[in-house]
Amino acid sequence: MTQASEFSLAELLVVATSEAWRGNGEVLASGIGPIPRLGASLAKLTHTPELLMTDSEAFLVEDPIPLGPRGDYRPKFSGSMNFARVFDCVWGGKRHVMIGPVQIDRWGQTNLSCIGDFHKPKVQQLGVRGLPGNSINHLNSMFIVNHSARVFVPGEVDVVGGVGYNPDRWPPGVKRDFVDLRLIVTNLCVMDFGGPEHAIQVASLHPGVTFEEVQAATGFPLLKSPSIKTTEGPTDEQLAIIRRLDPHNIRATVIKDNPPGIR
Amino acid sequence: MNKLMNAADMVARLKSGMTIGVGGWGPRRKPMALIREILRSDLKDLTIVAYGGADIGMLCAAGKVKKAVYGFVSLDAIPVEPYFRKARQAGGLEVMEVDEGQLLVGLRAAGQRLPFLPTRVGLGTDVMKYNPGFKTVTSPYDDGEVLLAMPAINLDVALVHADRGDKLGNTQSEGPDTYFDEVFVRAAETAYVSCEEVYDRLDAAHSDTARANLFERYLVAGIIHAPYGAHPSSYPARYGWDMDHFKKYAASAAEEDGWAKYMAEFIAGGEDAYLEKIGGPDRVKSLKLPIF
Repeated sequence: MTQASEFSLAELLVVATSEAWRGNGEVLASGIGPIPRLGASLAKLTHTPELLMTDSEAFLVEDPIPLGPRGDYRPKFSGSMNFARVFDCVWGGKRHVMIGPVQIDRWGQTNLSCIGDFHKPKVQQLGVRGLPGNSINHLNSMFIVNHSARVFVPGEVDVVGGVGYNPDRWPPGVKRDFVDLRLIVTNLCVMDFGGPEHAIQVASLHPGVTFEEVQAATGFPLLKSPSIKTTEGPTDEQLAIIRRLDPHNIRATVIKDNPPGIR
Repeated sequence: MNKLMNAADMVARLKSGMTIGVGGWGPRRKPMALIREILRSDLKDLTIVAYGGADIGMLCAAGKVKKAVYGFVSLDAIPVEPYFRKARQAGGLEVMEVDEGQLLVGLRAAGQRLPFLPTRVGLGTDVMKYNPGFKTVTSPYDDGEVLLAMPAINLDVALVHADRGDKLGNTQSEGPDTYFDEVFVRAAETAYVSCEEVYDRLDAAHSDTARANLFERYLVAGIIHAPYGAHPSSYPARYGWDMDHFKKYAASAAEEDGWAKYMAEFIAGGEDAYLEKIGGPDRVKSLKLPIF
């Protein structure tokens, strides 16, 4: 399968995010936001068909649902995944979620609560939401549309909502075995936690991006994976699936000016 | 036995300083008619526990919240509730911010009359730092695992919105999700349920849909007839959320005296005037459910 000749950065990111779910088995794939959701859908329709997905509201589906207004398309439901069952699924460890936190630190800890002092935030965000429960129970990945040192902060994130690999945060006796951070996909690169002590390393650079650029946009020192490569763009087959799943081209609105995949 | 009452009767039974749990989820099935009646009252210093949406936002805007207990406060398409954001950024609002599942664990502990339930959720995060009262327990079994003893979140009152209710306090709630309404009701001393429709006896009127009953009538003190009472939040079995209204509401948060204006325009005149103001039943019925 060869790479398509023309594709957008958003389309490359869909393919990159889909890799997070490769080989996960029968778990609930939750991609939060258009790109991760397309990525999860692509994963299910190509390399990992056994994934479970929802209609983003309350029901399980076997065919991933296209984004946005559905016209004549009527989703077919295979089961229920209301909020109570989402918690059962989370606590049972049968899920892999990809979220877009406002901050990530070198230990993979994430923040969706607020920026600044918790007692008087500079910018209130959503709250910790499900981050503490997700991160301590099942597979987690992250998607960042604008890779910068404001997101990848020098110290710890302002409010640790999602747990990570900071040993100081783990009191004796607390079970960390289920913490499993997988990929961080950004507009510049794909990173994983494959370095020593789960250190973040750059696994692949998007076409035309250098390691130095990524480092300059990151608030902490990054490692380079020994097998660092160039992120693969979509094949024609993958592009056709992405177009079918996103008939209104919502993916084109995710990154400013919808840049091409090869810069 | 007749538990039918109006929202003013309910407010008369509430007291300042109470802990009130509110059912629904973000912009979904919030008992907004009951919240609006509280906004018209003198009640203050409330602790509000919720999967937060405009309930927490409006009560904060009106200065009625002493403490908010939540995992998030969001209107979905408007990711951060505008008046909640304002209240937080001004400082001074007491909060217990926890994982959304932790909130469920705490409410379930209350419903089971337990002091706590164990969970891993929250450990390793700043939830522990900003809730310094949270303590851990060590498993008494061979594993010896250290777990969070999530304290019970005991409610004085729960407010939820349902499809149908009767004089006896029976209710039915349709739709794909319960939003943990039943957990809020069990965690509370007593509950008030606003209903789209009220009946003398649900067994006579809607026996066929008894499976939609989420909690027993002994948990319910009052049934309040409130058609379209979830507006501007959605009632997925009946109508979508009113995003145009939410946008107007959100914009008011950025205006000088925005809340006073919103209050005067929509809330102060009572529920009949409210329904008129938002375009009447036909408009609410025509509101589409969001497509994701």
